[in-house]
Amino acid sequence: MVATVNSHRDMPSVAEITRTNADLRAFLHGLPGVDHVGADARAAELATRSIKAASKGRAIDLAISMIDLTTLEGQDTPGKVRALCAKARQPDPSDPTTPRVAAVCVYGDLVGVAVDALAGSGINVAAVATAFPSGRASRDVKLADTTDAVAAGADEIDMVIDRGAFLSGRYLDVFDEIVATKAACGDAHLKVILETGELATYDNVRRASWLAMLAGADFIKTSTGKVAPAATRPVTMVMLQAVRDYREATGLMVGVKPAGGIKTTKDAIRYIVLVNEVAGIDWLCPEWFRFGASSLLNDLLLQRQKLRTGHYSGPDYVTID
Amino acid sequence: MALFEYSPAPESRSVVDIAESYGLFIGGEFVEPTDGRRFTTISPSSEEVLSEVAEAGQLDIDAAVQAARSAYSRTWSRMSGRERGKYLFRIARIIAERSRELAVLETLDNGKPIRETRDVDIPLVAAHFFYHAGWADKLGYVGLGPNPRPHGVAAQIIPWNFPLLMLAWKVAPALAAGNTVVLKPAETTPLTALAFAEICQQADLPAGVVNIVTGGGETGRLLVESSDVDKIAFTGSTEVGRLIARSVAGRPTRATLELGGKAANIIFDDAPIDQAIEGIVRGVFFNQGHVCCAGTRLLVQESIEAEVVDALKRRLATLRLGDPMDKNTDIGAINSAVQLARIREMSDVGEAEGATRWSAACTLPDRGFWFPPTVFTDVAQTHRIAREEIFGPVLSVLTFRTPEEALAKANNTPYGLSAGVWTEKGSRILWMAQHLRAGVVWANTFNHFDPSSPFGGYKESGYGREGGRHGLAAYLVADETTEVAR
Amino acid sequence: MPREQIRKTYKLYVGGSFPRSESGRSYPVTDASGRFVANAAQASRKDVRDAVVAARAGFTRWSSATAYNRGQVLYRVAEVMEGRRDQFVAEVASGEGLARRQAGALVDESIDRWVWYAGWTDKLAQVHGAANPVAGPFFNFSVPEPTGVVGVVAPTRSSLLGLVSVLAPVLATGCSAVVLASETLPVPAITLSEVLATSDVPAGAANVLTGSTAELAPWLASHADVNAIDLTGVEDPALATELERAAAETLTRVRRHDPGEDLAAEPGLSRLLGVLEVKTVWHPVGT
Repeated sequence: MVATVNSHRDMPSVAEITRTNADLRAFLHGLPGVDHVGADARAAELATRSIKAASKGRAIDLAISMIDLTTLEGQDTPGKVRALCAKARQPDPSDPTTPRVAAVCVYGDLVGVAVDALAGSGINVAAVATAFPSGRASRDVKLADTTDAVAAGADEIDMVIDRGAFLSGRYLDVFDEIVATKAACGDAHLKVILETGELATYDNVRRASWLAMLAGADFIKTSTGKVAPAATRPVTMVMLQAVRDYREATGLMVGVKPAGGIKTTKDAIRYIVLVNEVAGIDWLCPEWFRFGASSLLNDLLLQRQKLRTGHYSGPDYVTID
Repeated sequence: MALFEYSPAPESRSVVDIAESYGLFIGGEFVEPTDGRRFTTISPSSEEVLSEVAEAGQLDIDAAVQAARSAYSRTWSRMSGRERGKYLFRIARIIAERSRELAVLETLDNGKPIRETRDVDIPLVAAHFFYHAGWADKLGYVGLGPNPRPHGVAAQIIPWNFPLLMLAWKVAPALAAGNTVVLKPAETTPLTALAFAEICQQADLPAGVVNIVTGGGETGRLLVESSDVDKIAFTGSTEVGRLIARSVAGRPTRATLELGGKAANIIFDDAPIDQAIEGIVRGVFFNQGHVCCAGTRLLVQESIEAEVVDALKRRLATLRLGDPMDKNTDIGAINSAVQLARIREMSDVGEAEGATRWSAACTLPDRGFWFPPTVFTDVAQTHRIAREEIFGPVLSVLTFRTPEEALAKANNTPYGLSAGVWTEKGSRILWMAQHLRAGVVWANTFNHFDPSSPFGGYKESGYGREGGRHGLAAYLVADETTEVAR
Repeated sequence: MPREQIRKTYKLYVGGSFPRSESGRSYPVTDASGRFVANAAQASRKDVRDAVVAARAGFTRWSSATAYNRGQVLYRVAEVMEGRRDQFVAEVASGEGLARRQAGALVDESIDRWVWYAGWTDKLAQVHGAANPVAGPFFNFSVPEPTGVVGVVAPTRSSLLGLVSVLAPVLATGCSAVVLASETLPVPAITLSEVLATSDVPAGAANVLTGSTAELAPWLASHADVNAIDLTGVEDPALATELERAAAETLTRVRRHDPGEDLAAEPGLSRLLGVLEVKTVWHPVGT
């Protein structure tokens, strides 16, 4: 059975799709498959786009404004988080025209520190939750993780799906958990991390993307960054196709966030090209596309400096946080 | 759909050095044409004159064939396969070293985007020479007995759509097998063949092993009718292929022909849709549709026709048409005014026949030859646009209900070069492949080529294969007393 | 005063680098007239163990490259060998006690043989694979695949041509190799290792150990993670039998020493086929 989801009329309601696990399974498995080789080839072809001169400068600034500047280490301290927030507010002390990042992303127990440090800046605080990164804990613990972060002032919650449930076919459990987490978010917007490296196949990435969107995700996110492979361009491309198709079917927009392993300006620009040519220009803004990254920012700043000065820059001319 | 604008990203022309004029490459040297006739070659994207090349006449053809014969008897046929192979390895490496220059030259002369020449054409050219270099000392393993021998002198005529690649497909196996060649590049795209002649000189290839005679249809006819040629290889239109087949009747010369096609690209309802869309684009819009094996008939299962056509139109709107030297260009120029006229004529025919015409919205440059990607829906098997080869970026969309019907429609043509099948079901891929009367079947992909993969057609798409062990066999005679059938 | 030479240290080639033996041992190598040439590393069983580990990782990298890529890399090896022709000629002449012209012919033949094998990488499947016409609605095809890690005991007296003849076919098929170089004539093997190391051959695809064949070969033959072993260099029948028995424990494929083999003659396919497995796949054909 194939689902031809290209109009409002064709797609059943969410309630019908999720009546039972079997119904949800039939819907997800009825989505078109993804040919792995063809998907990789298309992503590779799009990576040959040459973005130079004025368009390169625009792409760099756009990329900076889309960054969720991230620290998710066991050794994080309030000092570390404050340093990161300072960097978020002022990425390049030598150039005040540098755009600010979209958000700072931290563990839930450090949200308060980030909220204080970013007050008045317009930069959002995102918190990972639901027993990030593994997701292996009871429903109650995962929801409490979420409500704590929201109470501390998080604007955005990055949750992880239960990959064990997904891979063993318990799709409805995954769905219910996302719905419950969304409810616990209150006004905070919800990013759902699929952990695509563990899902392994592109078919699974497509199915998990749809599952998350049906459950009310505001954003779908590739990875925790703690598992290899993290974000890849073909996987992100499959997710961009999913959000494009979802909007065709329902009229609703969902954002996309690749995270982990995106280190260079070249990478970032390739992702921007993907968004541009696969989903379209509506997604080319921080409201609908984010990079989960830490060292990427400095590489973007180095490239930005080169465009400004005309010569190659070096690590002494960007700050560590 | 409005897109994030990409600034111009032009590849530099400074890497090529095009001479004002070129002679014929005969006996290892560039020589003037005996009756002094010349013609110009232009860049089809700007109509600028690139250079002047020679028109080879009867005496020039005779000289070239004589040079090839002499090189064959005195040098090439006496050389061991191992040593012959070394020349081909050298040529392969030089092509790789000069790849950027060759890509730019091909783009200027042909009109196709630099991204394609850089990423597809030239790498495949190097690969063809490299692959065949390794066969030169292994001919006993081709399957024609322990000591097959070459034919002798091969006359080779190639088209304008993949100029240097078509040259590689002809020259590499011919030389590996021990033949010498006289090759005529297409009238509108001689420059990379002439650069190849220089590469032969750089490789110290013995004089006369490769000869390049530029010219038009008349030059080709003279070459084919030459009495001292042992083998003819032609890639081009079915119309000319017929003439050649007639011409060799009654002569000891054998011919292999790679001719036209009207391939069906068949999409089933369980196809991986996004990749199938890419396959359609790659099938008929890559290289501006100037591909003999292009998937020019989209046979889509009726239940998903609307979805596929909508997705295709959305995808075509992202294609970038324009200056072939810009690294972001997807669709380059049509190769000549003549070809553009043909495409326009057939598109008008399609409308007149009752099909529905749609073109991607593109700004066409003022100078040069351009045609936007075009899709005809509501096409029937009986329409001319579903029967005749257009050789341009024009797709005809037809529907089917069952695999048997798809098969019948796909096979219902005098052509038989290639076909595409898109489905997630393995047994169906194999069933379709088994029953499709086409020399190349692509499943869940399209327009992929490899030196080891034999390519060629059924029926009026020609006979003989190029590439792989089967392709090499065409340039050899078995060591039995009677020649094996092709 | 004549200029003093910078003399080379001869080490093992394992995992893409040149380590000394973990045992710290070395042994003197002499030329054909008995003059001291160098101290070669004397590998131990632990070096064999490490080499096999490196070869397993190298096999993954090497066999997952395309046949075309492998052919190009092997051709590059020949290019670099050609560039070092004089060095090889000097080493073969000195070690085997040959005149320079004779040594030159052997080196030329070695390079050309390497090129012959390089040209096979992308043709084996066409010559040794098949679509099989089974009686039923199935598509059935057989493809040759590299067997994995191959242990090689190189010929004792043909220090370069013999070595090339046993190593090139292993690499051409996509297998990785652990080579025990000729015990008395190891120098060309080390030079060839330097060539391999500078020719884009992935780390671990080829590993070369110098030392005592009688000491090392049993560890290689009995190793459970070695898929095949070539005993060409084992001239002692008793040792050869013992090694074949050791290999039998884990059904390691064995190529026996052939006393009548003429290394100068053009090889056929047998060394290539000997390290290939044939995989046959069935798939139904239907709508």
